[in-house]
Amino acid sequence: MTAVPEQVTPIGYGSMRRKEDARFVRGKGTYVDDIQLRGMLHGAVLRSPHAHARILSVDVTAAEAHPKVRAVITGETLRQRGMAWMPTLSGDQQAVLATDKVRFQGQEVAFVVADDRYAARDALELIDVEYEPLPPVMDARRALDAGAPLIRDDLPGRRPGPAGNHVFDWEAGDAARTEEVFARAEVTIAEDLLYPRVHPAPLETCGAVADFDPIAGKLTIWSTSQAPHAHRLLYSLAAGIPEHKIRVISPDIGGGFGNKVPIYPGYLCAVIGSLVCGRPVKWVEDRSENLMSTSFARDYHMRGEIAATRDGTILGVRVHVLADHGAFNGAAQPSKFPAGFFGVFTGSYDLQAAYCHVTGVYTNKAPGGVAYACSFRITEAVYLVERMVDMLAFELGADPAELRMKNLLRPDQFPYTCATGWVYDSGDYARTLQLALDKAGYDGLRREQAARRERGELMGIGVSFFTEAVGAGPRKHMDILGLGMADGCELRVHPTGAAVLHISAQTQGQGHETTFAQIVAEELGISPDDIDVVHGDTDQTPFGLGTYGSRSTPVSGAAAAVVARRVRDKARIVAAAMLEVAADDLEWEKGRWFVRGDPDLGRTIAEIALAAHSDLELPDGVEGHLDASCVYNPPNLTYPCGAYICVVDVDPGTGKVSVRRFVAVDDCGVRINPMIVEGQIHGGLADGVGMALMEVIAFDSGGNCLGGSFMDYLLPTAEECPSWELAETVTPSPHHPIGAKGVGESATVGSPPAVVNAVLDALRPFGVRHADMPLTPAQVWRAIQGRPLRPDLAIT
Amino acid sequence: MEVTVTVNGDTCTRDVEPRMLLIHFLRDELQLTGSHWGCDTSNCGACVVWLDGAPLKSCTALAVMASGRDVRTVEGLEHDGELDPVQQGFIACHGLQCGFCTPGMMMTARWLLDHIPDPTEAEIREAISGQICRCTGYENIVRSVRWAAAHPDGAAAQPDGKTA
Amino acid sequence: MQVPSHVEYERATSVAHALELLARFGPESRVLAGGHSLIPMMKLRLAQPETLIDINGIGGLSRIAVEGDELRIGALVRHAQLLDSAVAGEHFPVLHDAERVIADAVVRNWGTIGGSLCQADPSEDLSAVFGALRATAVIHGQDGARAVPVREFHLGPYETVVAPGELLTELRVPIRPGGGSAYEKVARRVGDWSVAAAGAVIWLDNAPGTPTVSEVGIGLAAVGAGHFVAGEAEDFVRGRPASEETFVQAGQVAAEHCVPSADQRGPEDYKRHLTGELTTRALRRAAARARGQEA
Repeated sequence: MTAVPEQVTPIGYGSMRRKEDARFVRGKGTYVDDIQLRGMLHGAVLRSPHAHARILSVDVTAAEAHPKVRAVITGETLRQRGMAWMPTLSGDQQAVLATDKVRFQGQEVAFVVADDRYAARDALELIDVEYEPLPPVMDARRALDAGAPLIRDDLPGRRPGPAGNHVFDWEAGDAARTEEVFARAEVTIAEDLLYPRVHPAPLETCGAVADFDPIAGKLTIWSTSQAPHAHRLLYSLAAGIPEHKIRVISPDIGGGFGNKVPIYPGYLCAVIGSLVCGRPVKWVEDRSENLMSTSFARDYHMRGEIAATRDGTILGVRVHVLADHGAFNGAAQPSKFPAGFFGVFTGSYDLQAAYCHVTGVYTNKAPGGVAYACSFRITEAVYLVERMVDMLAFELGADPAELRMKNLLRPDQFPYTCATGWVYDSGDYARTLQLALDKAGYDGLRREQAARRERGELMGIGVSFFTEAVGAGPRKHMDILGLGMADGCELRVHPTGAAVLHISAQTQGQGHETTFAQIVAEELGISPDDIDVVHGDTDQTPFGLGTYGSRSTPVSGAAAAVVARRVRDKARIVAAAMLEVAADDLEWEKGRWFVRGDPDLGRTIAEIALAAHSDLELPDGVEGHLDASCVYNPPNLTYPCGAYICVVDVDPGTGKVSVRRFVAVDDCGVRINPMIVEGQIHGGLADGVGMALMEVIAFDSGGNCLGGSFMDYLLPTAEECPSWELAETVTPSPHHPIGAKGVGESATVGSPPAVVNAVLDALRPFGVRHADMPLTPAQVWRAIQGRPLRPDLAIT
Repeated sequence: MEVTVTVNGDTCTRDVEPRMLLIHFLRDELQLTGSHWGCDTSNCGACVVWLDGAPLKSCTALAVMASGRDVRTVEGLEHDGELDPVQQGFIACHGLQCGFCTPGMMMTARWLLDHIPDPTEAEIREAISGQICRCTGYENIVRSVRWAAAHPDGAAAQPDGKTA
Repeated sequence: MQVPSHVEYERATSVAHALELLARFGPESRVLAGGHSLIPMMKLRLAQPETLIDINGIGGLSRIAVEGDELRIGALVRHAQLLDSAVAGEHFPVLHDAERVIADAVVRNWGTIGGSLCQADPSEDLSAVFGALRATAVIHGQDGARAVPVREFHLGPYETVVAPGELLTELRVPIRPGGGSAYEKVARRVGDWSVAAAGAVIWLDNAPGTPTVSEVGIGLAAVGAGHFVAGEAEDFVRGRPASEETFVQAGQVAAEHCVPSADQRGPEDYKRHLTGELTTRALRRAAARARGQEA
């Protein structure tokens, strides 16, 4: 069913039109580059052309002499202030501006502050940097070679050699038990799979306007930040400004997708620029800077193994991962999880055993890794298991849908503790998959495929079933740089019954101004039109860790429900006082408390709100007004799931893939606004087409980034995407206050394997078991020839 | 260099460098920040406006080229405070999420409907194929344009008295 | 977003005026038409002209018309205009096939035929199309106009015979009745340059059964074909029956003689294969259109 947007505003859940649209359709949004302050200057970053080089000298004399240049900041300037390095979200350090060496092509070397953006750009050419190029490490698979160049000689104790570029080792599951299972299994398959480096590429690039007021000692930063409070804390630590004197404002953000979680050197340079020049400084990166230096995603070289019985019972999954972390470990995930939530590679199946080992390495590429709607590496995990299951089907001559159906977890197994210790909260997987098969007309598609195969036509049907784990996360397990991942929330009902909700989550297009109002509306019966949602300004919102990893609904959404219920409970007491009855005598129907057995005798929320601010006598211990606040620490993650089916046609003469249909059945529990949920899914499905067929950031052996523009880093357009066909099952989360699960990243997680499985299914007549994404026409043709390309390297 | 451009019906004269891109002229000189920019290589289309009645990626034109000519931006879509059916369609069909590509998409959609009042889905997808959206997967953008095609005079006022 | 370096700007009101300005401002001046090849290069600072001569206001360079036995296309004709032109599509469907897959819908409103040809990107589709059509480029200089066959127009990547101080004003395509033409292109995504592309124009004699190919033109883009044409394949096809076998073999000849380079669009062997495949498809469809069997 397609959600039909409602014409009348629902008081609560429903496909309500978005409140935020009013400004966006008029071109009246306020994005960072829209901000113009009096006296504002513009910054530009000089970047390294080399992937690995010593810096011999930096001469800024000519730049400083440019009539429109106000300041030039170098690594040396920062070093003298102790600011040349900043901590990353993975406990590493990253250069703000390079001092000794540059370690990836595009790394920040100097920062110019000028009167306008054109002059700033001109001034970059006036900076003379002398480099001594060094051999770069561009192939992660060679990073731990004995002779590999040492990248991080800034870290104490690092020496050239096999451990020189080593970042971490991490494992999950039971290695011994898994080995046992594999040893006795009738069928085992092993395959190398690459999830290539890709990039979230939000349409709005990253940027900041920093304005330091020297009189008040206050720093205001407008920036593209998915986590304003976390950023405030980090700026405080990095710039030495007291936290209460820093205000971080995320205005409208043109897409985040994880790209806008870290603090980038450019932001800090803008802050420093403002401190030095005494004026606001704006820095907004261009697209090549975004693609070459900000947080990339994936780059997992995986060796996957699956063990099964000959009749198709999956017994175990094992995977070894080489994780390319670039030059600095800037991956953004909870601190105890250096490989994020990759541990759910156990997938949606009842395994007897599972084990994974992840080795992280440095290379001379941009830092990052956790981004692009990955749910902290669950994109990688789901791709791994869903490809292995498909390869198993191929090996057994089994139907991929039937093989999954046979092995999916059953409802009675929930809550299910998987072989790596994650507790999946709820799901009715077979029902979800069956709905997808029915909607796709799966049997008919297989018949059509058979007929086409006889004519030499290549049609493919790909299935993917995913279990996601979102809503980080419980304090006892998860923190980011020591910060617990609980979200604050505050609700205030005004005397006339309108309300304002202050949330810590940070929308980048997910519709929070509407959906969070709907949560409160559902609990209190106030129209969403009368509830304002305030977000994005650390001066006006409670602390929380922001929006990424599909955590807004699971954590902040829960907080909003809890806070609304606290208001409702308080309203009961006030209503009881108004009606001179006991609170226990009152019952609730949406919008009012009434006397049990005497429904005409009640008080609406609006009436209660007014009374709460009046001179009404309240019981001892009960304070006036109608407000509440909470800090919600989630007891567990939530586990949405989905079944996706993709149909493709492949031109055998050219290798060109055309996506004919895509059926997506998602289960994200209770849906607050079905229209918005579907929109989130649509977007993620396009990501899958993009990654499966065209997106990659490759490098040549000299260290050049080959994906540094939208001419090279290709994103899908409306012509490459089919009309998405959606349906849903609803399996509420048992622990979430409103039974909702997150959904923002589900489609990005589940769709790439669906498309890849479809293409490889099309190529089955050629006996192709696997080929790495992106399945460009060249890659498809090469796969048919039995010589697929390695997508992370230059094609030679 | 002095340039005089008529933007959304208003004639504006500014002194700018010949190299100034039209998108920067609109955003920084005229404070019309509704048009955006998102790339360096004329691929993303966040900057689409009309020049002399035809959609243009304004990052790929100089302000001086537009001197003496007519530009229309998203700020000029509404008439007398009433939203254009395209704008109404985008609200009615959830055709936007972060809103960054939206002005460009709407300008192209408006031009398409002026030339093909009842476009097929394929025609809509082709018309916007030079513009990227990262949020919507294009589905609801297509539906929004179909809504506008089906409601050439816009929607009647809502039951609760509000228009879109 | 990246921005150009300093540049001066002049507007030309006529061809003569444009030539005078080009002479006055010398070899560091560049013609500005649609700007959709030049401005992107200026933003990346790969091109840093000192002066731009804007020719958009010159009348008479935007016509598409049949004159005598030629289809004449002004250099300022926009891609969208050519795609929309009934007379162009009627005579040479290859023009529409190609325009449909050049750049994207919005860029086509402003990019010009002349601008694309003069940029001379090795992947430029129109170079292959006009090459196949054996068109002639009319170039104006202060000493007068000269006509250069498109097959002699390109000197190398990004280099044409249009000298500083000269202006490309028109393309002239010879019309011979009874032909058919088609363009086949593979790109990784809409708007991307070709991985490989082939355009074919073909005339058949009137023999019943399987006619013979009386004349043929085959253009190739993005695969290093000399002057964007598959001369050896043309020689092979000419005089042979217009059969599937001929077209498949022609494809092999074209594949054998092209000089593709590996890049992120594909390795050499794939591009070579594609050259053959697309040459065959273009010939097949051109022949079908010549026989009136396909729109």
